[in-house]
Amino acid sequence: MADLRNNFVGIKSPNPFWLASAPPTDKAYNVERAFKAGWGGVVWKTLGEEGPPVVNVNGPRYGAIWGADRRLLGLNNIELITDRDLYVNLREMKQVKMNWPDRALIASIMVPCEENAWKAILPLVEETGADGIELNFGCPHGMSERGMGSAVGQVPEYIEMVVRWCKQYTRMPVITKLTPNITDIRKPARAAKAGGTDAVSLINTINSITSVNLDTFSPEPSIDGRGSHGGYCGPAVKPIALNMVAEIARDPETYGLPISGIGGITTWRDAAEFLALGAGNVQVCTAAMTYGFKIVQEMITGLSDWMDAKGHRTLDDICGRAVPNVTDWQYLNLNYVAKAKIDQDACIKCGRCHIACEDTSHQAITQFVNGVRHFEVIEEECIGCNLCVNVCPVENCITMEPLAAGTLDKRTGKPVDPNYANWTTHPNNPMARQAAE
Amino acid sequence: MGTTQSGILHGRLPLAEYEANFSDLHPPLDKHEALVAADRCYFCHDAPCMTACPTSIDIPLFIRQIATGNPIGSAKTIFDQNILGGMCARVCPTETLCEQACVRNTAEERPVEIGRLQRYSTDVAMKENKQFYTRAAASGRRIAVVGAGPAGLACAHRLAVKGHDVVVYDAREKSGGLNEYGIAAYKTLDDFAQKEVEYVLSVGGIEVRHGQALGRDFSLADLTEQYDAVFLGLGLAGVNALRIEGENAEGVEDAVDFIAALRQSKTKVDIPVGRRVVVLGGGMTAIDAAVQAKLLGAEEVTICYRRGKEHMNASEFEQDLAASKGVTIRHWLQPKRIAVKDGKVAGIELEYTTLQDGKLTTTGETGIIAAEQIFKAIGQTFQASGLGALQMESGRIVVDAEGRTSLAKVWAGGDCVLGGEDLTVSAVAMGRDSAESINQAFAADAPLASAVA
Repeated sequence: MADLRNNFVGIKSPNPFWLASAPPTDKAYNVERAFKAGWGGVVWKTLGEEGPPVVNVNGPRYGAIWGADRRLLGLNNIELITDRDLYVNLREMKQVKMNWPDRALIASIMVPCEENAWKAILPLVEETGADGIELNFGCPHGMSERGMGSAVGQVPEYIEMVVRWCKQYTRMPVITKLTPNITDIRKPARAAKAGGTDAVSLINTINSITSVNLDTFSPEPSIDGRGSHGGYCGPAVKPIALNMVAEIARDPETYGLPISGIGGITTWRDAAEFLALGAGNVQVCTAAMTYGFKIVQEMITGLSDWMDAKGHRTLDDICGRAVPNVTDWQYLNLNYVAKAKIDQDACIKCGRCHIACEDTSHQAITQFVNGVRHFEVIEEECIGCNLCVNVCPVENCITMEPLAAGTLDKRTGKPVDPNYANWTTHPNNPMARQAAE
Repeated sequence: MGTTQSGILHGRLPLAEYEANFSDLHPPLDKHEALVAADRCYFCHDAPCMTACPTSIDIPLFIRQIATGNPIGSAKTIFDQNILGGMCARVCPTETLCEQACVRNTAEERPVEIGRLQRYSTDVAMKENKQFYTRAAASGRRIAVVGAGPAGLACAHRLAVKGHDVVVYDAREKSGGLNEYGIAAYKTLDDFAQKEVEYVLSVGGIEVRHGQALGRDFSLADLTEQYDAVFLGLGLAGVNALRIEGENAEGVEDAVDFIAALRQSKTKVDIPVGRRVVVLGGGMTAIDAAVQAKLLGAEEVTICYRRGKEHMNASEFEQDLAASKGVTIRHWLQPKRIAVKDGKVAGIELEYTTLQDGKLTTTGETGIIAAEQIFKAIGQTFQASGLGALQMESGRIVVDAEGRTSLAKVWAGGDCVLGGEDLTVSAVAMGRDSAESINQAFAADAPLASAVA
């Protein structure tokens, strides 16, 4: 049986599944339910400074996009940080931590970009017995207009400055949560590291408008006929998050910096992918908001069963395993040749591979053979692009088969070169030619 | 009364039971159900379902239009190919047409519910009385259509859209043909056939004359003389006879008359049925009669077919439907004699049959089934007069691929032509295609306006 125990910058939890700072972690009632369901930890919904709490809109806070059968693919929200009194939150956090000593409890914090504001709140949080803090530099709506959230996360110098204050004024581990609403995610990560952060967590939500009401011409979610951009999350953002996690994991300047992976994690498989790309644990929100806290049971059993099947004993056996395989395009092997292959027994003859290839790619799949509806790859034309695999509704019906070195590539008429060769040395590369001259 | 009293009686059941028994066989999908069902469509390329549809409706497109919240656009996609798409959605044996071809069968043995989805969008459009077609400028051409059934209506509609004026002759009181008189009541409720006729006719330019029978009130020669073209969509008016002893006894009836009477009855309480009923035949008509006899309160209904299950024209789905309603289907039985008592049916003697060298023969063994009502559903025949020299073969009108008959200016389609399929949807296709052919013939005749301009 795989050991799922997680130690993230010294914070221990029975499994690597934490609930992200978000509506599901706004109060003790929800968090207690989450722990009962099996979540390894929670990042309590972001605390603001002492004083009158923020106010939220009183109309819809969420917008969404859906796939077939109205499966929720992407969710956005315009909710702000906790709108409950700071001391109510602190009191509840302390009680919950006492009730659940084996679970991780992290406080997310967002106060103005002033040293005194941070200096004031940190001891209050420390007093609750929280295991660590997460700096909310990611919230893209509302708070950012007040100079907080992503307004800080988009300026590496501010990140470094605030992280430094926090490291100075608390003994708790500091996790810096990054916004994806930035051109190069490595810059804020490097700044956080320079400030002394213990870890980064990412991604926070992405600026977005999910839809427009075509009767009223208001963006959704609509508040009295008007809408504002909100933070986008859910399965749709996973690829963006995976890339950003990988960029930080493989950047020489931040290599080894612990990462808490966030962004569209819905299944154990998603979580395993984040771990493989360098995350030390994962945080989840939308999946819980869509299906309830019980979803973690699928994640725990799925991850555990997969690890057992593959012989991985602990999380350390899988963390970062895919990082060395992430590279720049210019280093990809141009002598690797793959061709699509259609399993005729699995094929249901929907024809989507054919029309995708015929209309939009390389005319490499038949529609009729000897007058009969039959879909087959024309190897002379197939460039191995994988589009047919992606549009086929039957899993594993179409596969990409690599050509062994030495076999004839019918498209080029040449045998497959066994040697690795990339763009940096390719004759068509003007830079390569210059180097040769 | 109940189901056990002997005789051919009406009102065997309480009123509410009739209503329940004759409710919609395939209830309509609501919006949510339609969206869920539509999501299963893969939007296949050159889709097999579309090829399997006699009217070649663009099924992937109309389903995608439902999925994207455009049922009106979806209905137009359907009506462009099949103006009787509403009825076809209800009565098509989809299990042997589009849904049999659905690629979902391969992986899951459960097709996309194409028929019910088609009903969904056509219902939405017809409920809103959404009219999609306006007539082209008047051509001055007049066409006679004989028969206001699916073939005739489809033909008349397409001709009217092209700007021609159409007069439809029909021998019966109402338009619709088999849609009105020949389909089981639980497949088309709420007077849908008449609503559909109104919807089709509202395009304008179509006059329907009822009570006008070819050969009685006019001849084909009269029509070719008076009109620029004629389309014959006559259907099959005749019924095959048993030619056995006792056939004329009280209680021996044609299944088509029974089915027609049921359709014309609002409550079905007034339709008499025997306690024990035997239906002879193996097609859809036999199933429709047997199932409805059972639904009317018959205690025992038996279909007797002279060949095996695999030879039955009724689809597997229809056979299962009959079985689920308590109808017994017996095979390899051929009627020999109807037992009569006091002028009334008392039972039927049947001979067992077998195939010998591919030929059906009787084994010599017989059996008797007690019955007080026997429905004949052993096929219909083309029965018409006043057709003049029109070329016929095997008792049907000979046509080419476009519906042209051997006579100039005369087209034909539907069940009355050789190769007719006994399907509403095929009749619609033939009527529509004949209209296109007629229109092209006119265009070829017409002097080119631009030549003198």
